[in-house]
Amino acid sequence: MDIKVLGTGCANCKNTIALIEQIALAKGVPVTLSKVEELREIMGYGVMSTPGVVIDGKVVHAGGIPSRGKVEQWLSV
Amino acid sequence: MSTLSLTERTLQLPRLHPKLFLLVATILWWALYQSLSPASEALVAALPVDRNSALGGALQFFLYDTPKVLLLLTAVVFVMGMINSYFTPERTRALLAGKTEGLANVMAASLGIVTPFCSCSAVPLFIGFVQAGVPLGVTFSFLISAPMVNEVALALLFGLFGWKIALLYMGLGLTVAIVAGWVIGRLKMEPYLEDWVRDMPRVQATAGGDAFTLVERIEGGFASVREIVGKVWPYILAGIAIGAAIHGWVPEDFMASIMGKEAWWSVPLAVLIGVPMYTNAAGIIPIVQALLAKGAALGTVLAFMMSVIALSLPEMIILRKVLKVRLIATFAVVVATGILIVGYVFNAVL
Repeated sequence: MDIKVLGTGCANCKNTIALIEQIALAKGVPVTLSKVEELREIMGYGVMSTPGVVIDGKVVHAGGIPSRGKVEQWLSV
Repeated sequence: MSTLSLTERTLQLPRLHPKLFLLVATILWWALYQSLSPASEALVAALPVDRNSALGGALQFFLYDTPKVLLLLTAVVFVMGMINSYFTPERTRALLAGKTEGLANVMAASLGIVTPFCSCSAVPLFIGFVQAGVPLGVTFSFLISAPMVNEVALALLFGLFGWKIALLYMGLGLTVAIVAGWVIGRLKMEPYLEDWVRDMPRVQATAGGDAFTLVERIEGGFASVREIVGKVWPYILAGIAIGAAIHGWVPEDFMASIMGKEAWWSVPLAVLIGVPMYTNAAGIIPIVQALLAKGAALGTVLAFMMSVIALSLPEMIILRKVLKVRLIATFAVVVATGILIVGYVFNAVL
């Protein structure tokens, strides 16, 4: 599972990465987690509020830190 | 359902009976709120402190204001969290795309109040608006109003100064946002967007199908409270503590000499001091309350608040990625002028 977190580097973006990392580890799900800070790339996904989360090329979340429940849902597939 | 314990059923209330939950929560909140003044007095009376001493006064201030402000903040943030679910940035953009200026500035500034906004989203949001054909001035009206007329500031103003001042701040904030945005639009500064922004592909603004259930909106409200109140409460506590100390120990009219009406330079100074300070109106407002009580002029204080939030140096540095320096400077000058006028008019009128 390829997960990208889109954000220009504020606390919310960092917390989102930490959250996904933590839950992926706990569930034992192998993920490639990367951060996208380059604005041009972020806009390429059509995301207007950061942090944004892209899984396997598809935007699944934009704006605010995603809830624990949401992240667990993504990692249960 | 009958196999759930009472605790479990209470915790599940928002999910199972959302409307009932909202009703019960409102009643409980109101009851708590009304009990604060008598409760804080009773608490101070029980302590070995003279109520009329500086310490007694400061203590009562702190014990009354802290839960009051936190209660208000929680309520307002929760309600706004729910309202936010009706107004995503995509929807706001679709509402504003291609509208003519003037009316659109008013809409943009108003939408800035209810659309969720995090200052690090300022840039993606700005670009997204430009791509969908929202006029530059209209985008600015939104960008000025969104952080400035925010629910935290309004909740605190309401809690500490009453609804008239909160309403006034909101009205003036909207006016500054509308007029400043419109002025910037008139100046035709599109050429001062960074080239790569203007080269971004045009986008069709669609509202997106976000049909949330009431339960999901309530959960949005909870998430908002966790995120905002969770982040801001230490600042509020510190702010109120300092405010309490000023309230108890600083003599009356001390601030009048520095921030009072006679000192004409106090308004520009307040605006200038606000620039390098980064958002977090939360902690400043309680201090502001104590300052006001000691004679600082209301116009100066409001100008300071607006400047802290609307003219934030960190945000302008972030905006540098999409705007050329001249446009950022124009933005800063127009908004600063608006805030200055607000400050002076207020001091003159009240």
